[in-house]
Amino acid sequence: MGGLQKKKYERGSATNYITRNKARKKLQLSLADFRRLCILKGIYPHEPKHKKKVNKGSTAPRTFYLLKDIRFLLHEPIVRKFREYKVFVRKLRKAYGKAEWTAVERLRDNKPGYKLDHIIKERYPTFIDALRDIDDALSMCFLFSTFARTGKCHVQTITLCRRLTVEWMNYVVTSRSLRKVFISIKGIYYQAEVLGQLITWLVPYQFAHDHPTDVDYRVMATFTEMYTTLFGFINFRLYQTLNLVYPPKLDSKAESELKAEHEEDYAMDSESYLEKLSALSASLARVVATAEEEEENQLDQFPADGEDLENMEAREKEQKEQEAQNRLFEGLKFFLNREVPRESLAFILRCFGAEVSWDKSLCIGGTYNVTDETITHQIVDRPDIDKQYINRYYIQPQWVFDSVNAKMRLPVEDYFLGVTLPPHLSPFVEEKDGDYVPPEKLKLMALQRGEKHVQEEEEDDDDDDDDEEYNDEVDDEDLTEEKNLKKMEDQRSQGKQTLAVKVTPGKVKPWETGSVGNKVRLEKEEKAEEKRLAIMMMKKKEKYLYDKIMFGKKRTTREANKLAAKRKAHEDTSKAEKKQKKAKKQ
Amino acid sequence: MRLWNELSYFTCWISHQARLCTPPTRLCTPPTRLCTPPTRPGPALYSTHQARPCSVLHPPGQALLCTPPTRPGPALYSTHQARPYSVLHPPGQALLCTPPTRPGPTLYSTHQARPYSVLHPPGQALLCTPPTRPGPVLHPPGPVLHPPGQALYSTHQALYSTHQARPCSVLHPPGKALYSTHQARLCTPPTMPGSVLHPSGKALYSTHLTVPGLIQPICFSTRLLTRFSLSPSFLSQDIRNTVGNIPMEWYQDYPHIGYNLDGKKIFKPIRNKDELDEFLDKMENPDYWRTVHDKTTASDIRLSDEQVDLVHRLQKGQFGDVNFNEYEPSVDFFTNEVMIHPVTNRPQDKRSFIPSLIEKEKVSKLVHAIKMGWIKPRKPKETTPQYYDLWAKEDPNAILGRHKMHVPAPKMRLPGHEESYNPPPEYLLTEEERMAWEQQDAEDRKLPFLPQKHSCLRAVPAFSRFIHERFERCLDLYLCPRQRKMRVNVNPEDLIPKLPKPKDLQPFPTTMSLVYIGHSSLVRSISASPTGQWLVSGSDDCTVRFWEVNTGRCMKTLEVGGAVKSVAWNPNPAVCLVAVCFESTVLLLNPGLGDRLVVSSTDQLITSYEPPEEDKEQAVTWALSEGPEHDNGHRLTLTHPKAVKQVVWHGKGDYLASVMPDNSSNLQVLIHQVSKRRTQNPFRKNKGLVQCVSFHPLRPYFFVATQRYVRVYNLIKQELTKKLMTNCKWISSMAIHPGGDNLICGSYDCRLAWFDLDLSTKPYKMLRHHKKALRGVAYHKHYPLFASGADDGSVIICHGMVYNDLLQNPLIVPVKVLKGHQITHDLGVLDVTFHPTQPWVFSSGADATIRLFT
Repeated sequence: MGGLQKKKYERGSATNYITRNKARKKLQLSLADFRRLCILKGIYPHEPKHKKKVNKGSTAPRTFYLLKDIRFLLHEPIVRKFREYKVFVRKLRKAYGKAEWTAVERLRDNKPGYKLDHIIKERYPTFIDALRDIDDALSMCFLFSTFARTGKCHVQTITLCRRLTVEWMNYVVTSRSLRKVFISIKGIYYQAEVLGQLITWLVPYQFAHDHPTDVDYRVMATFTEMYTTLFGFINFRLYQTLNLVYPPKLDSKAESELKAEHEEDYAMDSESYLEKLSALSASLARVVATAEEEEENQLDQFPADGEDLENMEAREKEQKEQEAQNRLFEGLKFFLNREVPRESLAFILRCFGAEVSWDKSLCIGGTYNVTDETITHQIVDRPDIDKQYINRYYIQPQWVFDSVNAKMRLPVEDYFLGVTLPPHLSPFVEEKDGDYVPPEKLKLMALQRGEKHVQEEEEDDDDDDDDEEYNDEVDDEDLTEEKNLKKMEDQRSQGKQTLAVKVTPGKVKPWETGSVGNKVRLEKEEKAEEKRLAIMMMKKKEKYLYDKIMFGKKRTTREANKLAAKRKAHEDTSKAEKKQKKAKKQ
Repeated sequence: MRLWNELSYFTCWISHQARLCTPPTRLCTPPTRLCTPPTRPGPALYSTHQARPCSVLHPPGQALLCTPPTRPGPALYSTHQARPYSVLHPPGQALLCTPPTRPGPTLYSTHQARPYSVLHPPGQALLCTPPTRPGPVLHPPGPVLHPPGQALYSTHQALYSTHQARPCSVLHPPGKALYSTHQARLCTPPTMPGSVLHPSGKALYSTHLTVPGLIQPICFSTRLLTRFSLSPSFLSQDIRNTVGNIPMEWYQDYPHIGYNLDGKKIFKPIRNKDELDEFLDKMENPDYWRTVHDKTTASDIRLSDEQVDLVHRLQKGQFGDVNFNEYEPSVDFFTNEVMIHPVTNRPQDKRSFIPSLIEKEKVSKLVHAIKMGWIKPRKPKETTPQYYDLWAKEDPNAILGRHKMHVPAPKMRLPGHEESYNPPPEYLLTEEERMAWEQQDAEDRKLPFLPQKHSCLRAVPAFSRFIHERFERCLDLYLCPRQRKMRVNVNPEDLIPKLPKPKDLQPFPTTMSLVYIGHSSLVRSISASPTGQWLVSGSDDCTVRFWEVNTGRCMKTLEVGGAVKSVAWNPNPAVCLVAVCFESTVLLLNPGLGDRLVVSSTDQLITSYEPPEEDKEQAVTWALSEGPEHDNGHRLTLTHPKAVKQVVWHGKGDYLASVMPDNSSNLQVLIHQVSKRRTQNPFRKNKGLVQCVSFHPLRPYFFVATQRYVRVYNLIKQELTKKLMTNCKWISSMAIHPGGDNLICGSYDCRLAWFDLDLSTKPYKMLRHHKKALRGVAYHKHYPLFASGADDGSVIICHGMVYNDLLQNPLIVPVKVLKGHQITHDLGVLDVTFHPTQPWVFSSGADATIRLFT
């Protein structure tokens, strides 16, 4: 005994957390300001391990912040700026009320502002940290840059977002770091590898937004404020690593080329410059005028052995593949028709070394005309086109995306005008064993391995007889397999029956008479039983975990089976339709 | 200048007000003068007033009307005070409010001062005293009863009192009642030219102003009245609606559309015009085009020519007034010529040419501030943010500024195939799936969007929820509580314990070899003879059958007088005795199987009994069987006081324990000694419902299993040695390891508990192998095996190795699941027992069979 009795909830986890309202009171901020501060400083609620302990025995739903976080916010200089701003607003209102216009003007001039540089530095101590967290910033900036310049947010924000995104795209083009692209129903996903970090962002389609009413744009604007600052610093640093001038400048050569026309169409010089940059057709100016060609960064050869050597080889191989992908469209000359999304295609094609141009009326920066004889590919997204040149392919835009994802130039035949496109697969899905793999992916993988099998099949598709033969073969295979299965089943059931029968007349044990196949099966059965018995001996806790894992596995296989069944049904119906058509023809 | 203008305007306004206010003074005095002569109609008014009971108190109307000319203000005030509600008036205000000369404004100000002004219209308070009485009762409509002079006032009262008498909500449909009435009353005056009748002061003024005969006050009332009386048709015609400027739909559901000046309802025309009437009217009435429907009176009004003309003019966008000339030549207010001479001849001020000292001071202050650098020129504002190399001096070892508890936000999920604009066909939803998706809550949906297929890129529409999704991501980033969770990536195979292979643990029964068929009802209990040649079984069909184990032949069938609950073969190989219990009887049988010597020696053993000298009173009566029963094999009959559930032999074969489960007495377990035909009850106290009992195979211990505990008694010391907690809800069966140190308990809640008696009183292992209630458990005598039978129809054989080394725990491995019994009436296996020498197991089931697994 002895000593003071310790009170409950005065130590331990209860003291490490603070509720939102208390935090707000401690900081003496309004809820809106607190929210803003949290967004800018990246403070988020924590879920305590024992909620009831932290909540002082109550189970009411509350959000908890770490007390350390809130203490840390106490010293934030921006809080003072918030208060200054509040005072400013009050003064301004007063001046307005008194109609003191000079005072209003003076106050306006001295409007307090704040910078987020120190916050960025504090949140991301190293550059790589910042780069890792840029996904959301990119998506947000791309979204804001597509907003109309009315209402919803400040025009400056929109132009800043546009500027930053254009800079980013220019960087990706120059560094050739784009890896994957994906056309989804939401927008276009891009994935780039910058300084070893995979960065994914989503760009909406170029349509006017139907602004929803249940979205708080102030929250979004605060996020954007933070993101633009972060993004700008990242861009600066990235440009620096490539020896590019920041803010980006066009190459002197390119500039002179672009200068000739259209200059008078733009009211402001800066505007036209941004447009030129966003055209992505010209290379950027460098700080140090280096030779045009990129110096190949060769991997140094280190004396290594065993595993290291293998690793090294794998790395080397990867590097080579990467380089090959970067030169995917090198030497090709593309022309974009006006109905295709110019910006995304120009961006992707330029990232892989192609030359791109478009109609002059579409956008600034087109370098050659449709009539240019050296054009190799023209990207068209309409069922047919009147005037066709013989020496170029007319392809649909999906070819570009699929080729990038496949890291090889896919056969163009599937992507000609008016052709039903093959499904567009997501490059982000990595199937593990047991997952469902769509047949298109299998085909693609075969193609990547350099097998010609798929080609044949495609040919097969053209003439139906072969196709049928092929199908028959498949059917045969299926049949044989099915037969095998049936046999097994029969044997099994027989085994069971004999087992049941055997007891009454008291025959000999089954495994002494079984054939070779039987033996295998029996062994399997034995194994299964062993496992079953062992599972019986599991501890309760482990059993629960095991059951959970197995349930999850079963679910995935069930889903995969469902998909496969669906595919099969679809193929059957399409085949039947084909046959019907054929019958009609005859 | 401007201020002055405002001021003058203000004064003008005030004077205007004054002008507005003054008339009443002039107006109101006349009546007094009018009223004083007793011969005039006026006195009638007074007399009536006075005739009223409250006039005794203070007929205020009178006071007011009469006093002004003669008495000063305070007098008036006192009258006010005299009234009960004058308490509410702060005296000063009341005083202020009642200037003796101006009755009109007084009315209003008092009115405003009073909180319940709605109820007490001032006019009434002043003019017609009794605020409590509903007017119409007392005052029939003026024009009929009263002589002309009074008519005006009495109608007043009538109107007012009706207002008062009516609850406001009657006037207007509920909800807007009080305020709207008030408003209506306030609104009416301007719209009514004849608002002389309206009591409110303003109305009075306005009429007064408009009444032409204002200057001749003497004839005023008469004039009006003559006008009234002369044109009774006017009265009847002018059914003006007093509801005021309110939406008329409030009266939609009522038969009337408002109230006329007398406070009577104005009824709607009985029959509304329908379309046909409208049409006929249109066809036949030549004035149809100039007829307008008046909502407030629900009547049609034919527009006069002037009105039609006015409408036409307004439609054309012309001025309403025909005589207004909009093209009059404009007249300049000021001349446009520049005059060379000053307007005034006043010389310039001195201050206009002497520099101001104050200004100089100010300027010098500014100059000084600039010199000192206190004032700086305004900097041009930076519009675009400046970026620089923020991470120029980065510290790679720096952790995040705040603390180490940072949980980075998870990245957005990467899209799968189903999000593609042109996904493979299997990812598209079928019709049913789509329906299901649509009916699901947004949170429950597996996919937040519907997969769609577009034939080409140009056909892809904008994603309508794009901004929503970004916003939700934002919310997640700053609102969603984060927690670091350890995800264990366990290979499920690793979780399965590594056990020795059953193959290595042979022998154990693996297959069903024999089925003993013969019983017609469920076989409750089986027992094997110590030699292993015979098997005895007791069933609910009231028979005990003896089987030969190896052939499955039923050697003997004995009918007993009830369903057999339990059978037990005497474990002593030198004795051939079987204990059978049914109802409240325990029967000792000599089946006469096996070695003849043994059989005869058994009989001898029983007959050699010599009753002791002193006969003790026993709980059980021992009876020797004779005659045909003896021929059947019956030897001894022990009649118990209660139904017996179980019999069990001691290992030596002399002692026999029987269980009579009964929760209320201590007579639950009896131990019998066969050789001495003696019975004793070992327990003095009832410790719960006894389920089963058992003897220790080697030592003098006795195990009693109650519902949840197993108690171990030392029979020699006669004390409780151990109490085992089984953690089960209801024990069904129990078996002791032949070594005597281990024990298994089967329970109805599907568990089997293994106790190591040396280790603890808690189960060493809990096995939940069975899916249903366990009915029987058994140990093998020689092999390290134990079996359990349950209601799921299966018998599970486990390898249960007990080591001599005390430090090594028993090894328990399930080796075989034996199935064969059919489940009947939700019962499967009822009893299991091992063959005494072979690794075989017998099981009896509810399907009336006994099965042998070898």
